[in-house]
Amino acid sequence: MDNFLQQLINGLTLGSIYGLIAIGYTMVFGIIGMVNFAHGDVFMLSAFIALIIFMILTQILHLGSLPIAFVVVLVGAMALTALWNWAIERLAYRPLRGSFRLAPLISAIGMSIFLSNFVQVVQGPRNKPAPHLPNHVFNLAVGGTYDVTLSMRQILIMVVTVVLLAAFWYLVKFTSLGRAQRACEQDRKMAALLGIDVDATISITFVIGAALAAVAGVMFVIYYGVVSFSDGFVPGVKAFTAAVLGGIGSLPGAVLGGLLIGLIEVFWSSYFTTDYKDVAAFMILAITLIFMPSGILGRPEVEKV
Amino acid sequence: MSAPSQTSEIAVPTATAAQFVPALRNAAAAGLVAFGLSFPIISYHAQSNINNELVVTARWPLSFGIAALVFAFVFLRQMARADWRIWFDRVGSIAAGGMGGALVQAAREGEGTARPSAARLAFGRYVGPFMLGLVILFPLIALGLLGPGGALKWINNYGVQIMIYVMLGWGLNIVVGLAGLLDLGYVAFYAVGAYSYALLSTTLGLSFWVCLPLAGILAAMWGVILGFPVLRLRGDYLAIVTLAFGEIIRMVLINWVDLTNGYAGISGIPHVSFFGIPFTDDDDGFAAIFHLPYTPIYRTIFLFYLILALALLTNFVTVRLRRLPIGRAWEALREDEIACRSLGINTTTTKLTAFALGAMFGGFAGSFFAVRQGFVSPESFTFIESATILAIVVLGGMGSQLGVAIAAAAMIGIPELMRELDWMKRIFGEDFDPTQYRMLLFGAAMVIMMIWKPRGLVSTRLPSLFLKEQKAVSGDLVKEGHG
Repeated sequence: MDNFLQQLINGLTLGSIYGLIAIGYTMVFGIIGMVNFAHGDVFMLSAFIALIIFMILTQILHLGSLPIAFVVVLVGAMALTALWNWAIERLAYRPLRGSFRLAPLISAIGMSIFLSNFVQVVQGPRNKPAPHLPNHVFNLAVGGTYDVTLSMRQILIMVVTVVLLAAFWYLVKFTSLGRAQRACEQDRKMAALLGIDVDATISITFVIGAALAAVAGVMFVIYYGVVSFSDGFVPGVKAFTAAVLGGIGSLPGAVLGGLLIGLIEVFWSSYFTTDYKDVAAFMILAITLIFMPSGILGRPEVEKV
Repeated sequence: MSAPSQTSEIAVPTATAAQFVPALRNAAAAGLVAFGLSFPIISYHAQSNINNELVVTARWPLSFGIAALVFAFVFLRQMARADWRIWFDRVGSIAAGGMGGALVQAAREGEGTARPSAARLAFGRYVGPFMLGLVILFPLIALGLLGPGGALKWINNYGVQIMIYVMLGWGLNIVVGLAGLLDLGYVAFYAVGAYSYALLSTTLGLSFWVCLPLAGILAAMWGVILGFPVLRLRGDYLAIVTLAFGEIIRMVLINWVDLTNGYAGISGIPHVSFFGIPFTDDDDGFAAIFHLPYTPIYRTIFLFYLILALALLTNFVTVRLRRLPIGRAWEALREDEIACRSLGINTTTTKLTAFALGAMFGGFAGSFFAVRQGFVSPESFTFIESATILAIVVLGGMGSQLGVAIAAAAMIGIPELMRELDWMKRIFGEDFDPTQYRMLLFGAAMVIMMIWKPRGLVSTRLPSLFLKEQKAVSGDLVKEGHG
């Protein structure tokens, strides 16, 4: 029981990170029907940006206060990652709109290879350890076989995730920007005829996706304390799995899928074996796509002839 | 109704003051974006020191330099005459992805023509046989020009390496180019072939010539096993599921230590022999029996002709199958799956045969890889390999055999050539290593090729069915398949 509780906490923390990345996949797929393969590497890039901003603040500017540093890192990483994703969309995907259907996917694969190797070239191939930060740990249940603990970091990750998700959910559900996005999702040509700037809407979708991926990147660095240039691929695929599991195109679905994937991964490692935990994620991806391609909360796709 | 005036007549811009301000504004915006992109990730370098603590060092000049370069480039492009801008764009993409730009230059001619000129058709007819002859003579030419010592590197690093990818590209071309099924996990079958040979030869002691067909059959079996569940999927979803399968196979290879020895891989795989005669300097070795002085180059030359024969077999089978009902069913499936089904084509068997045949050739290539290296490990079968093979097929022009061969030579040969660029060290300093930019440029080249030449290098296709005479048509008329 103690172990179960502990794993539940760990799984929800990990799931929050996956859910944040999954939103980027699901929004882009919803609006232009493309698997943004480079999104995992955008997430990795954001983790690097966050780490370097933090190092600049503490080492060069000698900032003492951790909460202020955290806010600056979060906002800075979100803004800069959003700029990156905006530029990527502008240079690598927008010229391909209207090209044949596989072109954006292949371009995105190229972008993914480019980004991970770019970070390797400019920052070096070795793992980057984050500096050790104080981490207060609360004991929830003492005396059993395990002490069930909940750390400051885990609380921080879950709280920030919930707050930002609420904010973005409001943005997509109740603002004119969100309405424009949903209109483009349904029928891009009609939306354009009704005066919606389709290109700008798609750009903003990429920007929002990148900002949320940057939040996940900051959380990743805080949680694991280390990041390397190759850390984009596997979390990216897992987050895509989460998006598919929750029903691609659905925002709550992405979060739900993320939490499920996080829980499954943690419980699998805890009760079976850690060796095959990535295999589990890939199996779920394959099984979901084959047997229920519309996911848990998604709408079934209607094939038009 | 008067014809609308051509845009080129309106825009005959000369550098004027009116142009100067917007150009400056655009360039400033682009420069600012470039600076923003490069801000923390390029301007600061995070390195671990001896105590494993991260230390950042500033590299502002690099960051400012990039921003200034982008500013100058965009400004000059805006100020230049309209017909010069295309040259700016070309230079820009060459700077961004060296070989991508070079490939685009080579592929410029005949873009978007539905009916290519007679000269190009004649060129297309003779370039294949000419290149084949050149490839067959390649080891002899290399040997004649460089001698046994110098030729070894060229035949091994360029000849054999490129031919492996030509074969893999042709194998994947059956699945992607003909049947229109986007497969991102092709490397799984390559791995199955390599491990089949490695395990069968090290544990049972079977020879290469017995293992080669076995590896092909095993890979084809896996093609059917992995192909069966994905029959209903289309397009992007198919790509992602095949990617997942490829990764699962790799992870099983890593984790099933009892069988595969995990990350360490399998070493000591028997080398290829000349139909039973080993390439050693023993008395019963190849050199001694044929009364030749011993050098390791005979084995390399034999490997080269072996992979060439395997690749040509792949090509021959593909070209022949295109004319058979099954090949026509593949292409019909690529064009319209629903029409196929209504005409009574069994889409299940059609898709599965494409998967199985493609996988079989992947398996052949894999067992060749194992016999050439003498060592296999999961490291060789990562997703990047799958992406490389897919890039070769797409850049070559899906469905075009010649295009795939040219793309393989370019995508594998040019990064390999970058290893030779030692003179660049004299310019950029000793710690400049051109090889680390290989994958960076590879990724950029994939993006640039998609933007400039989405239909691949060879943009014409020869339909296998025709009414009176066979005409080449533009690649734009060929669908890429629903998946």
